[in-house]
Amino acid sequence: MLSIKNLHVKLEEEDKEILKGVDLEIEAGKVHAIMGPNGSGKSTLSYVLSGKDGYEVTEGTATLEGEDVLEMEPEERAAAGLFLAFQYPVEIPGVGNMTFLRTAVNAQRKARGEEEMSAADFLKLIRARAKDLKIDADMLKRPVNVGFSGGEKKRNEIMQMAMLEPKMCILDETDSGLDVDAMKLVAEGVNALRNAGRGFLVITHYQRLLDHIKPDYVHIMADGKIVKTGGPELALEVENNGYGDILAEVA
Amino acid sequence: MAEAAVQQSTTDARLASLTLPTGGWSEVARKQAEARLRKMGLPERRDEYWRYTRPETLTQAIAVPAALFNNDETPIFGEIDRLSIVFVDGVFDAEASDDLSLEGVSIERLANATSDLHWARDLYGTLEEKGQTPVPRPLAALNTAYATDGILIHVTGKISKPISLQYFHQSETSDAILHHVIRVDAGAEVTLLENGPAAARFNKVMEVDIADTGVFHHVRAQGRDHERRAATHIFARLGAESTFKSFTLTANGVMTRNECVIELTGDDAIAHVAGACVGDGDFHHDDTVFVTHDAVNCESRQVFKKVLRNGATGVFQGKILVQPGAQKTDGYQISQSLLLDDDSQFLAKPELEIYADDVACSHGSTSGAIDEGALFYLRSRGIPEGPATDLLTLAFLAEAVEEIENEDLREEITGRLAAWLERHRS
Ligand SMILES: Nc1ncnc2c1ncn2[C@@H]1O[C@H](COP(=O)(O)OP(=O)(O)OP(=O)(O)O)[C@@H](O)[C@H]1O
Ligand SMILES: [Mg+2]
Repeated sequence: MLSIKNLHVKLEEEDKEILKGVDLEIEAGKVHAIMGPNGSGKSTLSYVLSGKDGYEVTEGTATLEGEDVLEMEPEERAAAGLFLAFQYPVEIPGVGNMTFLRTAVNAQRKARGEEEMSAADFLKLIRARAKDLKIDADMLKRPVNVGFSGGEKKRNEIMQMAMLEPKMCILDETDSGLDVDAMKLVAEGVNALRNAGRGFLVITHYQRLLDHIKPDYVHIMADGKIVKTGGPELALEVENNGYGDILAEVA
Repeated sequence: MAEAAVQQSTTDARLASLTLPTGGWSEVARKQAEARLRKMGLPERRDEYWRYTRPETLTQAIAVPAALFNNDETPIFGEIDRLSIVFVDGVFDAEASDDLSLEGVSIERLANATSDLHWARDLYGTLEEKGQTPVPRPLAALNTAYATDGILIHVTGKISKPISLQYFHQSETSDAILHHVIRVDAGAEVTLLENGPAAARFNKVMEVDIADTGVFHHVRAQGRDHERRAATHIFARLGAESTFKSFTLTANGVMTRNECVIELTGDDAIAHVAGACVGDGDFHHDDTVFVTHDAVNCESRQVFKKVLRNGATGVFQGKILVQPGAQKTDGYQISQSLLLDDDSQFLAKPELEIYADDVACSHGSTSGAIDEGALFYLRSRGIPEGPATDLLTLAFLAEAVEEIENEDLREEITGRLAAWLERHRS
């Protein structure tokens, strides 16, 4: 599904390399988790994959179902099926949540040569999705993320994901800022989307999320590289011992 | 030449190209206005009040010709049930206009000022004259003196549909001067619509006198002709518990100066004046507003938003003056521009002058670019750059557009703005 090979990324503005050769292969139907110390480059990886400005790929490739995503505009990546749940969802005053999502759904459909979703169908769908995530009607009408609590913003990200039904979902610390109940809701939202055709990359600092979203693989990222890969037990090790042992072992 | 002499010659040259209409009840007011104008002279480049806008093309004797702008778009407000009054290049078009009779209002033409209209005679030129202090507005005095026509609207009840002034521009050299007078009686209510480019050069004054508890709504869309020039003035006087709400959409036009002078003279009155303008390239738009609070517990809002690109210029000069005794004044003023590139500019001069102690006034002026973080967020959800930029731009304009109370009109304006933005993407 998503294939990342020897990806090197530096900042556009300064001569600072952030990703120093990332290799990652995410198959359809699998959930991969990435853990790693603060500043190791996890968010940078998610931004580079989704097309944010400010980064320069100096080496390596990233393909989604064989297509070079690094060549695409951000909106093309989205239409191709890539979705990023942001670590820090952006507030957009003046743009209603509903208008935003409807525009997004239909823009993606249009890009794929599909018919637009009717207003009635959209309304039905968004109401159902919002209900699953306990997002009330008022939140749907409000401007995108404006005045939302930290947890509400994260739930809103997952609702967008559920509406857009991407093939490759990247979740950047979607668990941070969530209370225990909200974490369950979010995990249920993610699990409901798990199927044989969809890949997941879940960035997190805590084992707790992975209790709910059971990963197939866990990767440890440090200083711009994947330094270790294992099964769910690796997350437990991190939870218990921190990164010290792992980093020492690979150094 | 000394400055005063330059001014004298500009004024003389302009007046030499005009003929003072005579006869009828407006004659006295016209003569007085002409004397007023001669005394103050037309604006010059060095005038402080014209610091950001060059007045030459608005004051010179002969108007610069303006190419006609043909497009197949249906004119704005076309779907709205309204009483339509049509002017072509400043000339009333009886055939294209609706019958002027409607319950709750009497409508006459200024050009028919021979029939004695006491209310209009008592009003014509008076609000304009009052509005000359503390800042002179010579183009408005010129208008009072030389207006060739206009509409006199006396609202006595709640009107069932909007009165709509439609202006068409059909001659490349037309130079129109229209003066409208509106009187809203106590308890009466009216919505006035205006649209169209009017002429190659358009000088328009509208005097609005709102009695206690009267309500006046005004929504205008200035014509899209690229080369047209306009200098417009609204002078409004508000009685107790009355409401004045005016919104202007400006898209295109090489030169526009919209002045709005509002006086709150009765307690508990509300005055909102708002504008959304979008300019691309050779575009200069100036909103100059002066709100005077002279009564207790009044509310005023000035909300102006400008979207500028390719070297377009936006100007805002706005003032709130709170007179002694005008306690509990609630005054708000915001002027913001969204610059879509580095070539465009926004010049703002917000002012507060307060002589009462129990007031709440705020003002703010900002100039900014599209929020890159928000743009990326939208694009990452699949919305292409163009539509995403438009969404953010419309969101920026929304605070001004939301000043329009009527939902149909609000949607009509939003639709026009969206269409303009779509046509003017980079
Ligand atoms: N635009 C930028 N300008 C300057 N430094 C940047 C920029 N983007 C990333 N960095 C730096 O790159 C490094 C990696 O940042 P990144 O946000 O990817 O880390 P992370 O693994 O997501 O950390 P966290 O766990 O704290 O979220 C950090 O040192 C960060 O300061
Ligand atoms: Mg991060």
